[in-house]
Amino acid sequence: MNTMHFITDILFPPLLEGLGVTLRLIVYSVPFGFIAGILIAVGRVYGNKLISTFCFLYTLFFRGAPLLVQLFILYFALPSIGLYLSSFTAAVIGFILCSAAYHSEYIRGAIQSIKSGQMMAAEALGMSKIQAVSSIILPQALRRAIPGCSNEIIYLVKYSSLAYMVACVELTGAGKVIASRYFEYTLVFSIVGIIYLIMTSVVTIGLNSLERKMEIPGIGK
Amino acid sequence: MNLEKADHDNGVVLRVEDIHKTYGKNEILKGVSFHIKKGETIVIIGASGSGKSTLLRCINQLTIPEKGRIWLEGEEVTHHMKEISHFRQRIGMVFQDFNLFDHLCAVRNVEIGLIKVKKMDKKQAREIAMEELRRVGLERQANQYPAQLSGGQKQRVSIARALAMNPTVMLFDEPTSALDPELIGEVLEVMRDLAMGGMTMVVVTHEMGFARSVANEIIFIEGGKILDQGTPHKLFTNPEHERTRQFICKIDELYGKTEK
Repeated sequence: MNTMHFITDILFPPLLEGLGVTLRLIVYSVPFGFIAGILIAVGRVYGNKLISTFCFLYTLFFRGAPLLVQLFILYFALPSIGLYLSSFTAAVIGFILCSAAYHSEYIRGAIQSIKSGQMMAAEALGMSKIQAVSSIILPQALRRAIPGCSNEIIYLVKYSSLAYMVACVELTGAGKVIASRYFEYTLVFSIVGIIYLIMTSVVTIGLNSLERKMEIPGIGK
Repeated sequence: MNLEKADHDNGVVLRVEDIHKTYGKNEILKGVSFHIKKGETIVIIGASGSGKSTLLRCINQLTIPEKGRIWLEGEEVTHHMKEISHFRQRIGMVFQDFNLFDHLCAVRNVEIGLIKVKKMDKKQAREIAMEELRRVGLERQANQYPAQLSGGQKQRVSIARALAMNPTVMLFDEPTSALDPELIGEVLEVMRDLAMGGMTMVVVTHEMGFARSVANEIIFIEGGKILDQGTPHKLFTNPEHERTRQFICKIDELYGKTEK
């Protein structure tokens, strides 16, 4: 069996299927993780003592405990209280909860970098706190948070491979199955690595162009 | 006490009574009272740290005073935080460092209050915003962002933003203090036009020329209290306290002799 034949006929079909799962994991996790991150950041900065403390504890836990442990809890431990999640659902929930914690810290930093006068001017016009945050503070803060949040999204693309540990056969998992069966570790994981590199490159380029597009005229370059 | 009715009858737009504000151990305002009638301009002067800015912020409750009451056209502002938005819409505020919304171009800065707070439709808001920009001579800069404007232009946009809400009274917190000297004139000119047009204004400033020519009354604040108040003529020529005279001389030295 020649190498070309192995790649096209044996390796690619399951790998593409795995890639499909990986892409679905990412497509669900990224936006919800980001939105949850915004809510946690806003709760932390502007919430009352209770909300703010909750948001602090949230980040403390989800940033502090290993993601793999969190996934094991979602997939293996929750059934003991009668909550059964599919491996895909467990992985997506785990990724959302975890990336929200990281996003929230990038966004919190960005919110706190906005001068207090912006909030004051918004309130002086008669805006409520919620209006001021959503139409004055966040549009500016989120722009500043793009580089940090890009970091987290690229991490997520890569740590989506942990889904394999809760029996969700995505790209890495599919590769692992073939590699063990045919004992082709070098070739298979090189190709898998390149596919991840392509994905992260696309995300990087996309987010860079988003950052440029969102640039406020007169500020920056 | 029936101040509501009395204010209404006497044309008093804003009444501030016995305002106290403390930060930590520092008592910034120790009982300040004044009132302003429709169409009048009051200029507040005083050394930095004397509590002028804090006083302005107490008026629209950006800072909550511990004690004291404020009325706007006979309605009490203080202790009504639920309706504070309605009062703030009627109290325009201009800040020392402009505080334009950096992510919005000039015209959107002016219209955003109308759209978000007054729930006006976008087309009508845009028309009013352009009209206000024209009033401050900046209709050609409508699509420029704050970072592309000079300091004087920024401050004029921020005045337009406040005016668009059609306020009953305008508060100016050292509107020219952050400006290069050659840009101060354009902002003062807009303010002078406003005062002449009948706007009720409370202005914290060190611009004695403006105070002398525009103010109906000057209030001198020292150590969180009103030390002296009266017409410009009285304060400049015959103040009650020696301290007032000293302060005005000092300001004249720093900012150049006032004309007239």
